[in-house]
Amino acid sequence: MSKNLLNVNLAGLKLANPTVLASGILGYSGDSLHRVVEAGAGAVVTKSVGMEARPGYPNPTVVQVEAGLLNAMGLPNPGVADFAEEIAYAKTVLKVPLMVSVFGYTAEEYAAVASRAVEAGADAVELNVSCPHVKDTGHEIGQNPRTLSEVVGSVKAKVKKPVVVKLSPNVTDVVELARAAVKAGADALTAVNTVKAMAIDVEAQMPILSNVRGGLSGQAIKPIALRCVYDIFEADLKVPIFGCGGVAGWRDAVEFLLAGASAVQIGTAVAMSDFKVFEDVNKGLRAYLLRKGYGSVNEIVGLSHQA
Amino acid sequence: MSDYLTKHNTVRTTRLASVKTESPTVKTFTVEDKLCSKAKPGQFLMLWMPGVDEVPLSILNVEGGQVSVAVKKVGDATRHLHELQMGDLVGVRGPFGNSFTESRGRVLLIGGGTGTAPLLFLAKRLAAKADKLSFIIGAQTRAELVYLHDLNLICSEESVISTTDDGSFGIKCLATEPLEDLLKKQSFNMVYTCGPEQMMRKVFDIAEKRRIPMEASLERLMRCGIGLCGSCVIGKYRVCRDGPVFNLSQLSEVKDEFGYSKLGFDGNVIPI
Repeated sequence: MSKNLLNVNLAGLKLANPTVLASGILGYSGDSLHRVVEAGAGAVVTKSVGMEARPGYPNPTVVQVEAGLLNAMGLPNPGVADFAEEIAYAKTVLKVPLMVSVFGYTAEEYAAVASRAVEAGADAVELNVSCPHVKDTGHEIGQNPRTLSEVVGSVKAKVKKPVVVKLSPNVTDVVELARAAVKAGADALTAVNTVKAMAIDVEAQMPILSNVRGGLSGQAIKPIALRCVYDIFEADLKVPIFGCGGVAGWRDAVEFLLAGASAVQIGTAVAMSDFKVFEDVNKGLRAYLLRKGYGSVNEIVGLSHQA
Repeated sequence: MSDYLTKHNTVRTTRLASVKTESPTVKTFTVEDKLCSKAKPGQFLMLWMPGVDEVPLSILNVEGGQVSVAVKKVGDATRHLHELQMGDLVGVRGPFGNSFTESRGRVLLIGGGTGTAPLLFLAKRLAAKADKLSFIIGAQTRAELVYLHDLNLICSEESVISTTDDGSFGIKCLATEPLEDLLKKQSFNMVYTCGPEQMMRKVFDIAEKRRIPMEASLERLMRCGIGLCGSCVIGKYRVCRDGPVFNLSQLSEVKDEFGYSKLGFDGNVIPI
């Protein structure tokens, strides 16, 4: 029984444990992803890939702020045609579900990139409709229920693998967008992407990020992400949720599970605590479940809603 | 780790304490920075030129609360940096990455171009520990043999071999050529290298064949500097976090890439 304590089955994906590498972290190469899996991740999400190659923004692209990191990488990626090779390679070395993060500028483009990723071997696609710092894509799509529906619908029409939609916290009502995504066919949701933010240097008297605005991640956004997960779970949309935002230890993970997430994604903590964060979370989670007398991690999903 | 990283990764804006011209293409920039002034040889810092760019630079020296870096004009960012003067505002974060292990015994250092910088820093530390320091310093021309004077002070002139591509000083050859001769005549406990990657690859091939411990400091495109973004990966390693210094066995694991390819701005594999 305790061997399967951490097993999670969500949207058709079988995970040995509920810790997942979040998109944007190290996800260019199969070898990097493999290292994350060896460190204990139950699944991985690649960097976001689009139709064409993008060089991203000039530095500074990452800024340390109080209790978090601010980034505006600018979606650097080699384009799906070239990335397909890396996906295929990653599939040969990874023994866990491989989710490919996808972005586009139109619904058709999202669908084309997603279907190419699936052809190359992706076990699922995660739609990045929530990047806060690239114009005409990302959260400009995910902030509008109508464009979001179009994108999800068009990907669903082309792709037979699970479609996960990564939601933006930069909206008035995250539940409205979650509902739109699920109605359009989303098989799972990731809540949430980074919070749109900025940093200014007082000596230089200018914004630090070359792109001025970026996305805040890490500890600072955990309470925001947690509330988003809680709200979405409460709306009873009948799809599983990946909780994402500031998970750095097992307590954070348990909080997200209690709020209604079936698994958690980890990103910023990979810099803060390095790869061992996955094993740390899993160990702590296991100990928590045993101490509380549960037979499966699934039993605590959404439990805080009983109160 | 978390508190440590948060502290070191926070950008500190400061004014250039000095700028020194070393060659037609190389300048030494010095700033006051408490955290970076505690750096170890092999570590690097991120230097921010407000409104322009932020680049990784390996550390040349630390002294009295100050840190110095050697910068070669190679692109837009470094060209801009070369125009800055004492008193101009820059930002620093770091120091980041691992450092060279400080070997005892007989030690050989091979530096190419500005790759000499971190090795000079290392040589200063080793001077007290190692039995003998030998240095091969290579550059394209005599004018580009930077920091030769400082090296001569540390290593004693007879143990410094200079090479230039055009023969304007020292031996006319690549820095790796005297290496084979030297290894035939003497045994070394450790070989350190930093410079153009093809040069380091050659040093690696020789060291591997002769089974001599070695360490090389690698350079890659870097963005975050803290092991997150994946821009600088080689095999399973992140140059910014697991490196920039790698030993022989680690370099063997990335043989297909080391000296041959790296990731470009868009994450695509490009030849070196």
